[in-house]
Amino acid sequence: MTAEPMPLPNIQKQEIINYLKEGKRLDGRGVADYRDVEIKIRISKKAEGSCSVKMGETEVYCGIKMGVSAPYPDGPEEGTMMVSAELGPLASEDFEMGPPRINSIELARIIDRGIRESGFIDFKKLCIKEGEKVWTVFIDLYPINDDGNLLDAAGLAALIALGQAKMPVYDEETDKIDFETHKGDLPLNKDVMSFNTTFFKIGDNFIIDPTSEEELASDFRISIAVGSDKGKPRITAIQKGESVALSQEDFEKVLELVEKNFKAMFPKIEKYVWGK
Amino acid sequence: MSAATKSKYTKRSDGRKMDELRETEAKVGIIPTADGSAMFRTGGTIAIAAVRGPRILHPQHMQNPRTGILRVNYGMMPFSVSDRIRPGPSRRAQEVSKVIEWALSEIIDLSEFKSNVVDLFIQIPQADAGTRVAGINAAAMALAHAGIPMKEMASAVAIGKLDKTLVVDVDKSEEDYKDGEGSTDIPMCFLSRSGKISLLQLDGKISPEELKQAVEMGRKACEEILKIQIKALKEVGK
Repeated sequence: MTAEPMPLPNIQKQEIINYLKEGKRLDGRGVADYRDVEIKIRISKKAEGSCSVKMGETEVYCGIKMGVSAPYPDGPEEGTMMVSAELGPLASEDFEMGPPRINSIELARIIDRGIRESGFIDFKKLCIKEGEKVWTVFIDLYPINDDGNLLDAAGLAALIALGQAKMPVYDEETDKIDFETHKGDLPLNKDVMSFNTTFFKIGDNFIIDPTSEEELASDFRISIAVGSDKGKPRITAIQKGESVALSQEDFEKVLELVEKNFKAMFPKIEKYVWGK
Repeated sequence: MSAATKSKYTKRSDGRKMDELRETEAKVGIIPTADGSAMFRTGGTIAIAAVRGPRILHPQHMQNPRTGILRVNYGMMPFSVSDRIRPGPSRRAQEVSKVIEWALSEIIDLSEFKSNVVDLFIQIPQADAGTRVAGINAAAMALAHAGIPMKEMASAVAIGKLDKTLVVDVDKSEEDYKDGEGSTDIPMCFLSRSGKISLLQLDGKISPEELKQAVEMGRKACEEILKIQIKALKEVGK
């Protein structure tokens, strides 16, 4: 995910691969284990919803802001959404100043698609006046420290912040939003929520939730957003990243892992998002 | 302030004394991949700072062969205020970055790091006025945490004049005060050894005499802030 990170020395890469042959990782985790997840909600009381998500030493802030704007011509009675990410130099040596680069843009777009295609946000309920005024949901993601797997940490942060978000009050006559008063929750279709998991191929193995070091040792990654269709996994977005291609065998393996990970993680994700 | 001219601002909205800081919190070492990092919170204003470097400055033509340089980048997160801020450097953010850079350049000694740069990144996740001074307080701790050779510390606060009353550490509701002479905002930064003022800005209306009082108030408040910064630095790794 980094702009132009230093390549990992071959000896380190080989060590990671050798460990994985025995199903082990350098920090003692198994291939499908996440690092400890730590969540703080309301990191900004000025946001409609906000949180920080820590996975190991990776930390991402997310804040939801609401605005009022014109709808898109193809959805005159639907609210809109904008996901932005700033992978700035605060969080990593490999991130640079300046306008968002492809790593920020790609991360924001993957998370955007995971949320949009699942139908998690009820955009119909975000219409103020058909064809004229609708609510816009701004999802802003700020990595604070990058030690790998920013994508999944950011994806989880977005879901949690959305789950927290309250609606400000809009006065049509004055065209002003009262951000101090909140009225009800952001309309969500709770049962269609999708969460993003990125699988990284290193040597002959797939792992999830890599550290920066493992990320650098990987050949390619594939991010898959999965929700629940009556308890069964339903895929809502995919992105294959990096230039090494995926074999048919890899593809089948990934789908197998998707099912396993869905069973293991979906109840946990629901707990993180809804707090119960 | 003469007794004949009464100020309309007699009570602070959050019940603080006129010379009282908001509830403050400081923490050092919050960003593991950075060379130094810190968080400073005063009331509803939070600043986080990360230091990266000293490292060779690119592009090469910006290098100073006589000394290393400090480079500051300050930004507010889009969700730090009620009306979302567009991400990316605004004119305001660029100016604030520069005055913070000036406020902190004197406290460090980069003469041994010729052609190098020390990058300082400040982000504001939540704002309730006084973000640049909170940023300086976090940044000074982050520089010390990074092991940059320090000549002294820097502590900053915003003093306000609300109608005719001087107050320490203004919040947003005070910054927006409109009655009488309205609100004057005076962010300032003091250096711990020399006692010099390394940042001084002012928006509003004030007499020279009142300004002198404001600076004295600020100096006292910054002595308190310095203690909080030093305490947080001593707690690293404990």
